[in-house]
Amino acid sequence: MRPGGGSLVRWAVYPALVYSLVFFAMPFLVMVAVSFWQRLRGRLEATWTLANYEKLVSKDYLLEALVNSVEVTVLTTAVSVLIAYPLAYVLAYRVSARWQKILLVGAIIPFWTAYVVRAYAWLIVLSENGIVNAGLLSLGIIDLPLDLAYTRGATVLGFVHFFTMLLTLTIFASLIQIPEHYRMAASDLGASPIRVFLVITLPLSLPGVAVGAFLTFVITIGDYITPQILGGNTEVLIPQAIMLQIARAANFPMASVMSVSLMLVILAVYLASARYLRMDRI
Amino acid sequence: MTGRIAAFIVERSYLVLAMAFIYLPVIVLVLFSFQDGVLPVPPFDGPSLRWYDKLLGNERVLSALGNSVLVAVVSAFVTTVLGYLAAYGLSRSPPRFPGVARFLLIAPITVSYLIIGMGLLTTFNVLGIAKSLLAVGIGHVVINLPLAFAIIYSQMNESHRNIDAAAHDLGAGDLRTMLQISVPMMRVPLLAAFCLSATLSWDEFIIAFLLSRFEVTLPVIIFEMLRAGLTPEVNAAGTIVFAISLIVILSAAVALLARRKEPA
Repeated sequence: MRPGGGSLVRWAVYPALVYSLVFFAMPFLVMVAVSFWQRLRGRLEATWTLANYEKLVSKDYLLEALVNSVEVTVLTTAVSVLIAYPLAYVLAYRVSARWQKILLVGAIIPFWTAYVVRAYAWLIVLSENGIVNAGLLSLGIIDLPLDLAYTRGATVLGFVHFFTMLLTLTIFASLIQIPEHYRMAASDLGASPIRVFLVITLPLSLPGVAVGAFLTFVITIGDYITPQILGGNTEVLIPQAIMLQIARAANFPMASVMSVSLMLVILAVYLASARYLRMDRI
Repeated sequence: MTGRIAAFIVERSYLVLAMAFIYLPVIVLVLFSFQDGVLPVPPFDGPSLRWYDKLLGNERVLSALGNSVLVAVVSAFVTTVLGYLAAYGLSRSPPRFPGVARFLLIAPITVSYLIIGMGLLTTFNVLGIAKSLLAVGIGHVVINLPLAFAIIYSQMNESHRNIDAAAHDLGAGDLRTMLQISVPMMRVPLLAAFCLSATLSWDEFIIAFLLSRFEVTLPVIIFEMLRAGLTPEVNAAGTIVFAISLIVILSAAVALLARRKEPA
């Protein structure tokens, strides 16, 4: 008999599988189905139609929300990587072991700040009488407070703050796995520090960048709170558009169309980056 | 030589600036929760506990706090049990399609919480199931299960299977082997999975917002308070949520480190 071949062992995996099927896969399929339904006299009718998808493409504000979301997300991901990479590099190679431990723990603690108030905290920093404006005014650098809050820049800043922490960790994890003698061998053979970085360190750390950037993309593009609090009324992103459909009109077919479109964007990004991600290795 | 000194200065300055950037909102949030005035902006005129007083005198906030703890503990427990069973089964007796099973268990991590919440909301709406704390808990198990499974699965290895076999040879049944041998051996990853799931549920907003109605959780109440604009009361609420998450995570970390030092 194989060790642990009893029925309990054989069936142990199924509760979680059934749970995922019922509460993850099935609801997603229901949502896809509802995206082809119609809402008549306040009730859902299972009449199969493409009208909702036509509306998504023909109504400028819906397509615009999708475009805005992709722009904000790409900008957030790029800026976060640019800020996090040097930080991860310094932490991995340029500080003593003791400081490395202290700084890593230090970089993780703000992760647990309450999610709903993280964006709000930036509002305090950026508002008309907030920290930044008060500081600049008292230093005499500006005469009138700057409009920092309620802009796309504020939304991106709120996102970048959180994902700088996340990306620093994923990139750091990649960097410390690169054997030190690879870099030493390269410089012994006469490569300049910049060449060592470009030929050895950077390519070998790309998996950490890819995983972090993918998580940044997925979480940012689906986030409602940050643009809602920091973005003001200047533009609408796709999660806000979805919530509007639900809150104002209980329009499930339109909300489903937008959720499915959002999912398709995420899927496209996943497929494009799948070979760097190796999600199955988690 | 001067090049090295310059590089050192640039590195240290970057480190200080980046850490300042990471900590700025945390410091602002906590500091102005002790503000005495009505706005959480400079100048700081505290410290005062008046906003904590006001917050904790609010019945709705207190009941939401209780709801949040309940959802976090129950959903984290269910998540950990499901994740453990799946990891146990997959590592000992893989089903016919182990790749498909692992994909299905991990997949929710690649999907936005908003989409998971919308899927559940739409389904409950079609089926005529009312919103409730139970619905919120169901959603939280969905989002946390991949993480719990991954943490526990990554700690199961060949030696665990051999110890199972030894237990079987000595006459222990499946259930006894699992409860008396495997679970105690896995207590560290189990505790880690539980604490992580609990803090993520405790702090989760969008699914709780979509799937709850009369009984709500703390992040939903805080979001309602945000609509009134800047107030130190929100800082106080945020600081409490942060402090409780930190206490859970740090005590788990301390427990894990203490156990690691014990002789095996």
